[in-house]
Amino acid sequence: MQEKYTKKYKLWFLLPSLIIIGIFIYYALFATFYYSLFNWRDFSKYKSFIGIENYKYLFRDISFIKAIKNTFILLLFAVVFQIGIALVLALIVDTLRRGYKFFRTIYLFPVIISGSAIGLLFYLMYSYDYGLLNSLLSLLGKEKVLWITPKTALWAVLIPVIWQYVGFYFVIILSALYQIPQSIHDAAKIDGFSEFKKAFYISIPLIWDVLAVCISLVIIGTFKVFDVVYVITGGGPMDASQVLGTYLYTVAFTGQNQGYASAIGTVIIFLGIILSLIAQIITKRERIIYQA
Amino acid sequence: MRKLYSLLKYTLLILWGLTTLFPIYWVMINSFKPTSEILLNPLSFPTSFHIENYLQLSNYGNINFLKGFKNSAIISFSTTLLVLFLGSLASYAIARLNFKRANLINSFLVGAQLVPAFSIVIPALIVFKTVRLSGSYLSLILLQTACFLPFSILTITSFMKSIPVELEEAAYIDGASVLQTFLKIILPTSIPALVTAGIFVFLWSYNDLFMSLILLPLREKQPICVLLSLVSSAYGTNYGAMMAALFVTIIPVVVIYTFLQEYIVRGLMSGAGIR
Repeated sequence: MQEKYTKKYKLWFLLPSLIIIGIFIYYALFATFYYSLFNWRDFSKYKSFIGIENYKYLFRDISFIKAIKNTFILLLFAVVFQIGIALVLALIVDTLRRGYKFFRTIYLFPVIISGSAIGLLFYLMYSYDYGLLNSLLSLLGKEKVLWITPKTALWAVLIPVIWQYVGFYFVIILSALYQIPQSIHDAAKIDGFSEFKKAFYISIPLIWDVLAVCISLVIIGTFKVFDVVYVITGGGPMDASQVLGTYLYTVAFTGQNQGYASAIGTVIIFLGIILSLIAQIITKRERIIYQA
Repeated sequence: MRKLYSLLKYTLLILWGLTTLFPIYWVMINSFKPTSEILLNPLSFPTSFHIENYLQLSNYGNINFLKGFKNSAIISFSTTLLVLFLGSLASYAIARLNFKRANLINSFLVGAQLVPAFSIVIPALIVFKTVRLSGSYLSLILLQTACFLPFSILTITSFMKSIPVELEEAAYIDGASVLQTFLKIILPTSIPALVTAGIFVFLWSYNDLFMSLILLPLREKQPICVLLSLVSSAYGTNYGAMMAALFVTIIPVVVIYTFLQEYIVRGLMSGAGIR
């Protein structure tokens, strides 16, 4: 009796959420793909069907190619440095008896701060006259440096983007390290393993599945980068620091070409999904479950 | 040797810590200096505390940070409440669904989490235009709700599944309706999960730039992050004011972080990382 009575309620409880997600995520995703097949500008009422012309144009669009290239550079550096630095920090903290909470607290600071604040912070640090970096240089008696040029702009945005999320991966990796049973550590000690040897032969192999998850998260995160780049350089100068997100924004809202922007939006989600699938296949290994 | 090694370890950890703390400290001390002093001594502690930079924030051209805070509060609190309200109802239903359907809905939610805002904003703008909501707070609240609901439902559901069914059955036997059971038993028991989800939704909403920038073109309604993104070009060389703007923007986040850190860490580990 109870079952039948509650079934009706369940549907009504579920429906509002499903409708909102259905419209704004799934319908919108399909609509983006649909719009990408049209020549459509200035949010006009009229659009004309052009098939895959927008996608063909992507290959000839120098700015888009630059944005793709930059996104992949960012992705590569993010995988190596975000996870690399986080792993080193976590391995060190794992060997400490105290101080875990202290380091966690300060490393997570940038993670919770908005991308626009981080962006403005670095904008101020890079600035020529009064920036933090040039002040430090003057303190050391060196000449001031112009930090954002077409050659350096990509690095100027890459560093904050990578730096911001190291703390997040640090927390994830450290909690995986803490799950390795004490008996394994004890065994390593008896066998006379140094801390380095233990890290490479025991800790890292044992948390491999978590590192694989981190790589997928980095990939998904990289394709969502926007705020920091938008505030520091806006993608410039001359597309030097353009990434997919900022380029889509520029095309859709400065260039007012919504059809073409939709094609870019479609490419972003496809690349993100395909790459994280590839990463999952490459890093796939048995999940380790410890028994008590 | 052993001591040296230990010293090296702490040095590395503290060096990274300095990269996260020092910039914020630098912004804080400079926000209390007049611009001329920032230019002369960007690294030193202020000679005397000036609050002029902060006083400018409520009125600098058409950028009003007080109004920005008000807008942010309206948007972020509404989004959080709406997400928790809809999310907890949906989670209850999913937690008590049979396995097959729950799996289907689970894939629906996990899939939705993968979609970046870039791939949905243009159609969202058209939807809002059709229902005449363009440029309203409600449009942004609805879009953010859609983006943040999947994570919240997944978090709350996994918690609700751990609530023993016997608890509800007891309530039914005492004559409570489904709604009463939900409000008086399930919701109060689920508070830890609601808090975790609520904090993240609030932070994401408060920190969002992309969606706010696109859905709210009128300066009057823009939240604080959008105003902050304008500052670097609009304030020209008024570095003191930029520092102050930056500092006030991160204060609410730092306060939430200080008091609710444990929840935040727990949420991050359950996959609430990248937004």
